[in-house]
Amino acid sequence: MASALINVPPRARRGEIIEIKTLISHTMETGFRRTQLGAVIPRDIIRRFVCTYNGTEVFSADLHPAIAANPFIVFSTVAIESGTLVFSWTGDNGFSVTESAKISVD
Amino acid sequence: MRRLGAALSVLAVAAIAAAGEIAPSERRSGYDFMSRETRAMQDDDTANPGMLWVLEGGTLWEKKIGAAGRACADCHGDPRASMKGVAARYPAFDAGKGRPVGLEQRINVCRTDRQEAPALAYESRELLALTALVARQSRGLPIDIAIAGRMRPFLAAGRATFHRRQGQLNLACAQCHDDNWGRQLAGNVIPQAHPTGYPLYRLEWQSLGSLQRRLRNCLVGIRAAPYDYGAQELDGRAGRPAVMTRV
Repeated sequence: MASALINVPPRARRGEIIEIKTLISHTMETGFRRTQLGAVIPRDIIRRFVCTYNGTEVFSADLHPAIAANPFIVFSTVAIESGTLVFSWTGDNGFSVTESAKISVD
Repeated sequence: MRRLGAALSVLAVAAIAAAGEIAPSERRSGYDFMSRETRAMQDDDTANPGMLWVLEGGTLWEKKIGAAGRACADCHGDPRASMKGVAARYPAFDAGKGRPVGLEQRINVCRTDRQEAPALAYESRELLALTALVARQSRGLPIDIAIAGRMRPFLAAGRATFHRRQGQLNLACAQCHDDNWGRQLAGNVIPQAHPTGYPLYRLEWQSLGSLQRRLRNCLVGIRAAPYDYGAQELDGRAGRPAVMTRV
């Protein structure tokens, strides 16, 4: 079951730098591990994270096998206008989760 | 503490004279032994990966399951009210089983008896999620298990296990956690082993895990055969009531 925790300040002043925290549930199986019988455990990771702010991409990241399970991504952006931040994680085996958060800017 | 490893044998040689049980005024949660960074992670609910399981537990709580078609919420309502302080009282005596059961097993009893659904496997994501949701409601509360009456013989047995040397390294729990807490074992500080906060997210595991899993880890560390999940030594006796009673 995929679930994500997002922390966006609900209110901000125009021009203020805001910190955004995201945490998503994912095993991030590297593809380098083997079972006790020697079979390779196939890679299963999140490959890309993108955040858009009212449709404009403000942050994105490519993820790789060395990243720990349940990736925690923190970044900042400038509060320009009230609106919606959309977060999406995509990865192996058709993994795709999209979440959104609202922010109101005075 | 991340790994016990081979350094244990060094400790066995250097074992200090038994200091006995830790005085109430000196009792400290495992939290006090954590690094600043790990504490910061735990304190921030949006940075603490354990909250993912709590979130998932909230979904499961509302889900109608089993032949009875009942959700946890149908009987218990809002967990924030009904489950407050509950986890702190476990393990508790279960009259049906005639022995104490831990929180995980109690949830499974509810599933099989009230929801008429199959019991969840130990360490399964669902069971951990429900346990985490319930345990979350007792955050900050002291462990408050019953120590009198029917619990007494089980607590005594747990205490005896805690003080009994076992495994190839011939170590008792008490030798590290009563006599040498606060010292280093390999690169890690030995905590007092109060089982507060379980189930918890361990960076080493990259996942949430139960107290039983943690105890099994420690048993493997002293090269003893770990008890099975659900075994009375782990579950019923709560893994070390000797520890639990002194928190």
